[in-house]
Amino acid sequence: MGKKSNNIFKKIANKAYEFGFITNIKTDIIESGLNEEVIRLISKKKNEPEWLLEFRLQAYRYWLTQKMPTWPHLNIPPIDYQAISYYADPLKKKEKKNNEIDPELMKTFEKLGIPLEERLALSGTAVDAVMDSVSVKTTFKEELKEKGIIFCSMSEAVQEYPDLVRKYLGSVVNYRDNFFAALNSAVFSDGSFVYIPKGVRCPMELSTYFRINAANTGQFERTLIVADDNSYVSYLEGCTAPMRDENQLHAAIVEIIVCDNAEVKYSTVQNWYPGDAEGKGGVYNFVTKRGDCRGRNSKLSWTQVETGSAITWKYPSCVLRGDNSQGEFYSVALTNNYQQADTGTKMIHLGKNCSSTIISKGISAGHSQNSYRGLVRVSKNADGARNYSQCDSLLLGSKCGAHTFPYMDIHNNSAVIEHEATTSKISEDQLFYCNQRGIGTEEAIGLIVNGYAKEVLNKLPMEFAIEAQKLLSVSLEGAVG
Amino acid sequence: MSNEQEYINLFCTNRELIEKPCAAMLNEERSKAFERFKEAGLPDMKEENWLHTNVAAQFATDYGMNLGRVATEAGTRDIFTCDVPNLGTHKAYIVNDTFQAAANNNSLPTGVLFGSLNAIATELPALLTPFYNKLAAGGDSIAQFNTTFVQDGIVLYIPRNTEINETIQIVSLLQSKVEMMSNRRLLVILEEGAKASLLMCDHSSTAHKSLSTQVTEVFVSAGASLDIYELEETSESNCRLAHLFVQQQADSRFNHCNITLTNGFTRNYVNVQLAGKGGDTNITGLAIGDRKQHIDNRTLVEHKTSHCTSNELYKYILDEESVGVFAGKMLIQPDAQQTISQQTNRNLCLTKCAHMYAQPQLEIYADDVKCSHGSTVGQLDESALFYMQQRGIPKEEARHLLMYAFAGEVIENIKIEALRDRLHLLVEKRFRGELNRCKGCSLCK
Repeated sequence: MGKKSNNIFKKIANKAYEFGFITNIKTDIIESGLNEEVIRLISKKKNEPEWLLEFRLQAYRYWLTQKMPTWPHLNIPPIDYQAISYYADPLKKKEKKNNEIDPELMKTFEKLGIPLEERLALSGTAVDAVMDSVSVKTTFKEELKEKGIIFCSMSEAVQEYPDLVRKYLGSVVNYRDNFFAALNSAVFSDGSFVYIPKGVRCPMELSTYFRINAANTGQFERTLIVADDNSYVSYLEGCTAPMRDENQLHAAIVEIIVCDNAEVKYSTVQNWYPGDAEGKGGVYNFVTKRGDCRGRNSKLSWTQVETGSAITWKYPSCVLRGDNSQGEFYSVALTNNYQQADTGTKMIHLGKNCSSTIISKGISAGHSQNSYRGLVRVSKNADGARNYSQCDSLLLGSKCGAHTFPYMDIHNNSAVIEHEATTSKISEDQLFYCNQRGIGTEEAIGLIVNGYAKEVLNKLPMEFAIEAQKLLSVSLEGAVG
Repeated sequence: MSNEQEYINLFCTNRELIEKPCAAMLNEERSKAFERFKEAGLPDMKEENWLHTNVAAQFATDYGMNLGRVATEAGTRDIFTCDVPNLGTHKAYIVNDTFQAAANNNSLPTGVLFGSLNAIATELPALLTPFYNKLAAGGDSIAQFNTTFVQDGIVLYIPRNTEINETIQIVSLLQSKVEMMSNRRLLVILEEGAKASLLMCDHSSTAHKSLSTQVTEVFVSAGASLDIYELEETSESNCRLAHLFVQQQADSRFNHCNITLTNGFTRNYVNVQLAGKGGDTNITGLAIGDRKQHIDNRTLVEHKTSHCTSNELYKYILDEESVGVFAGKMLIQPDAQQTISQQTNRNLCLTKCAHMYAQPQLEIYADDVKCSHGSTVGQLDESALFYMQQRGIPKEEARHLLMYAFAGEVIENIKIEALRDRLHLLVEKRFRGELNRCKGCSLCK
């Protein structure tokens, strides 16, 4: 079996990236480099109010004093921040006529499986499509507005709901939070803004699709979700990028505010270009995602399927501030070829009787390195805290690595904290069992991997679950057992 | 002036005095270690390995160091008698950092060397050179600090196929009328097929602030077997920074049990390298803290070759304002296939002010392995307490019983019966608050 399965693993490592095409569209890209002038220019292009420019400049000045951290288990080549262009606008040249979108753009998103025509769209999903630094279109906006739900691009929100944006922007992830949060706060471009008013249950899934297209640019989007008292929203995020030999930087911030009795579900299927089989090119995905469960009985659930990016470095976190609030983190991270991932979560227990669950499934193949890093902190006053963490790693091949670095900081004696982790390869017994019943080795590996990830995939909304399952099995297709 | 600069200056001014009584081998390693220490400095709390332990602050006190090798006044018998009944051992003492042989030892098998590091290094340099500082050279800056200032220590050398049935006991005593720093060193070499068990006790009879660094290097050759039991029973004013480096060859066996009963500020670092096929290692630890005690255990088990097994179990019981830190890492190198590795860390926090920081870590570069770790922080089982109360056991008593059972899992790893029984008793007394130091010390008499 050894040799045969080696071949299969090789084929997994050689899988092609299907979203690697480039859209030929005139894009307004500002000159590369980063200084105060560039930030003023971005702010001017977006016609931003004075306070936002001040916010950006403050962040920039702080960023200048910071050094990139070296603690993750990642090998990051030095990044030249002056060689990146911080703003690219594919809409600029075509003056918008009756909100019409360049057909090239429409085609691109159709090719990605994200039709922007509402009649073609997946039923029950509203999409905000972002290419490079600009939101192309947001669907079902009007329909949502009827219920009082605001779903629009960040730039639009700054213009139309400046008070709301000002109130919440940076309140979860301060610009001083970390190196990349400071960078993002200085140069952030588009992202989505969601506000769900009191007592409203959002009738459809909200989703943002991020696409990098222009070369030598970075994407720095910013997403802000506010769920007011007694509301509910399920939000999805997807992303792809063209195949290029250079590395591209993606440093986003996602902030979520969950008020009393509200619930937010945030799902990500991350499929940035992972680089080729030799580890050349690919996106650096350095993202700060954090939710603040401010209200009592609030609930925030992160689900992520990470298959792309040359380097993934992110920790979607929950600050459990309100009493009885709940945080959840479900993750499948698959690394291949020379991909690296250092991902996990932080559960900060501040309120009383809060509970958190962490389920992380890592799959490493090829020469990749896959690390789970997670923090569970229980502060002095967080009585009755409960956490359960489970981190499993699956190794497909002898050249890859799987690592687990959990941190537990417990300052309250009523906390009950459990952490468990296992690492192993696909069991020969399971393979043999499948083979015996006429299932080929390749298919059996597919079955076992999918079964292994099932616990997390089940948490995804329907359409995404199918996409994620496909993504996982694409890696296993094409090899005849 | 920063704390490390003071020690760098101290070394530069007193270099001759430090080197004079020492064997050439010690001084040679000393120069290299000093350079490494100068470069690294004392650890900062921003470093990943020192996040919760402020060790640099421990060096702020103006300690006295016995660089001139002034003989200690009192004989060891006056200040210490071991109070473990029926424990016949071969003893040696380290008073502060000076080796003192015990008078009444039975004779050891021929070929066994057990004595002063300085003396043996001068007499048989060829024997020790391949071993001395070979593992500790790669250690952190505290290990380099030790090599820089160490002037003597103990060597235990057991030749091929020699088995020592009696336990070998090394008693480290701190005794001083001023703030004192001592740098201790141990070198343990087991040749092929040798077998021994070693008990290392740390006692203190000084009320003054004291700091001791200790570096132990252990080489377990093919087919050899070694048990090491470390017991710390010092005082609140003591800071202990201990390093244990172990290298195991094929089919060797190593068992380590580290018990912190009473202490002030402790950092234990255990590094086991499984360098030969079929090696088996078992490391366990128990830490009981109260008041403002700080107990930091950091372990690194490196699987360098295939077919090795490792097992790790650390337990903490934290009362009052004590702080526990545990960071254990299993590192499985690319060639270490067929590894079985298991790590468990269980912690009990008894009060709101006790803090526990746990970082159980796996770093795995081989695929055909079975590795797992588990870590929990919690309290005593309410239903078990209730069950016992229902049956007429008072709540306090029930609590002690449960804590005693919790600690028992680690103590059961001790294979010397007399010591195991004694520890059961000591731990029980510790829970009842009857024990702050052992009866043998001069202060308790």
